[in-house]
Amino acid sequence: MNESVEQMGALAVPGTGERRLRRSVMHQRVRHASNTFMLGLTGLATAVGIAPLVWILFDVFVRGASAISVQFLMDTFKPTSLGGGGIWHALVGTSILMGLAALFSVPLGILTALYVARNPNTSLGLAVRFGTDVLSGLPSIVVGLFIYTLVVSGHGYSALAGGVALAILMLPIIVRTTEEMLKLVPKSLREASLALGAPEWKTALQVWLPAAMTGIVTGLMLAVARVAGETAPLIFTTLGSNNLSTALDKPIASLPLTLFKYAVDPSKVRNAQAWAIALIIVTLVLLLNIGARLIATWRSRKMY
Amino acid sequence: MTESAIAVPANLALRSLAGARTAVHTTAESGLGAKMRLDKVSVRYKDFVAVADVQLSFYANKITAIIGPSGCGKSTLLRALNRMNDLIPGARLEGHILLDGEDIYAPNVDVVEVRRRVGMVFQRPNPFPKSVYDNVAYGPRLYGHLKRSELDGIVEYSLRRAALWDEVKDKLRRSGMALSGGQQQRLCIARAIAVEPEVILMDEPCSALDPVATLKIEELMRQLAKEYTIVIVTHNMQQAARVSDYTAFLMMNENRAGTLVEYGETKQIFTNPRDKRTEDYITGRFG
Repeated sequence: MNESVEQMGALAVPGTGERRLRRSVMHQRVRHASNTFMLGLTGLATAVGIAPLVWILFDVFVRGASAISVQFLMDTFKPTSLGGGGIWHALVGTSILMGLAALFSVPLGILTALYVARNPNTSLGLAVRFGTDVLSGLPSIVVGLFIYTLVVSGHGYSALAGGVALAILMLPIIVRTTEEMLKLVPKSLREASLALGAPEWKTALQVWLPAAMTGIVTGLMLAVARVAGETAPLIFTTLGSNNLSTALDKPIASLPLTLFKYAVDPSKVRNAQAWAIALIIVTLVLLLNIGARLIATWRSRKMY
Repeated sequence: MTESAIAVPANLALRSLAGARTAVHTTAESGLGAKMRLDKVSVRYKDFVAVADVQLSFYANKITAIIGPSGCGKSTLLRALNRMNDLIPGARLEGHILLDGEDIYAPNVDVVEVRRRVGMVFQRPNPFPKSVYDNVAYGPRLYGHLKRSELDGIVEYSLRRAALWDEVKDKLRRSGMALSGGQQQRLCIARAIAVEPEVILMDEPCSALDPVATLKIEELMRQLAKEYTIVIVTHNMQQAARVSDYTAFLMMNENRAGTLVEYGETKQIFTNPRDKRTEDYITGRFG
């Protein structure tokens, strides 16, 4: 080994080859040690970062699972003296609120994303993108307050107002993810449609959106997951309710609000129910995220 | 070729659907004539002149190759022929492009009709994320409601003419993106000819394909030239020499604008170029 280094002449100064080699081995050891150290550090940071998630999931599961039963899910509100009842009214309420929010935000969000993706460098396109960025950074309670002054103070608390508040929170997420997905579609695909004489709107509906569809659906699910647990804007808009209600113009129950109410209740029964609701919300969000993942992998397998 | 006799009338039905305007096919029938004529055509993007003062004719039922070094405006010129440059903000055309004597940039011209008559095949195969059948049927469906049987006829006829029918007839419902690269490109050709264009523009149609698939496309082009006027942009000079009847050589001038250096029969351009720059380019001395 030494000999061959010596023989290379130009690379190793004669006589110093051995020393250099030894130094480089030492250098290697130092490098190896610092590498291990840094790796350990990042590993530790990762563990510290993930720990709260695992802890929360574990805690929520342990405390919540015992209170969940079919009866708990299917029963409506009852006073604690009668066993406390269930959360059917909140499940229905949350479903309605999610449905309303999606109904308002999905078409608006997708159309906005189409505009921004189609005209990325126009002043309006840039303004809209900046606007959605600001909107996504807006605290949810501010959105709730906004809808409160705009709708609730005139027409009272309602499911509709809650749906609008959640829709505003979903909108920027939908716009950004949809825009990103649309931009991944090669421009030549759109051009192929236009070159056949198709108008732009038909190209968008029949070629551009379908080509990005799975990605868009993934984004929609993440947007729903993101607002599923929103509480602050619902306090201002839906008020909450103990009754099973499907009326859109009346206060309505929801899982996060019921959780909030039960968690601060002095009754032990209510506290246990709050944990159960927490588990349901976490499961819901988890399922949406896993679903989004599955769709994303399914898409990538289909494409390549 | 053994195209079924049933398929042809269905295709003609489409042509009549598109209205009386398309009935003007006179030049092609009257023998060799200029299908498209470029009259002092310049294309500029805002202040940048990409193509300057090009004057040439594309002849009916001939294949014309546009060759030249990168950035010389070949693609820009090609995309001007079916007004695809309209989609680029700031792009403007000066001069006239005549299709059968009609200026396609005249104010009252319907751009949709221009694109129907002048079809396009792109550099990378770009089938829609739809089935093979729906890819081909996409264009015809744009131009009116067709009966299922008529549409079936058009799809089969187009796929046969694109030399793809035998390979895909059992998987018409499968995604067009599941085909091989060469098959995808022939699918794109089938899609383009399904609307019965008169001119087909091809922007480096083989640059993303392997040699075998390339050869297939080239054979197909020779077949298609019997019915269509074909303009192809290519980086591959052997390809231009193999398939084309006429060759136009473009180069950047001192202002980086693409200009036509020489235009003539392919044989003459490749064996006896008149311009020194053409000779240097085709012998590989630059570019």
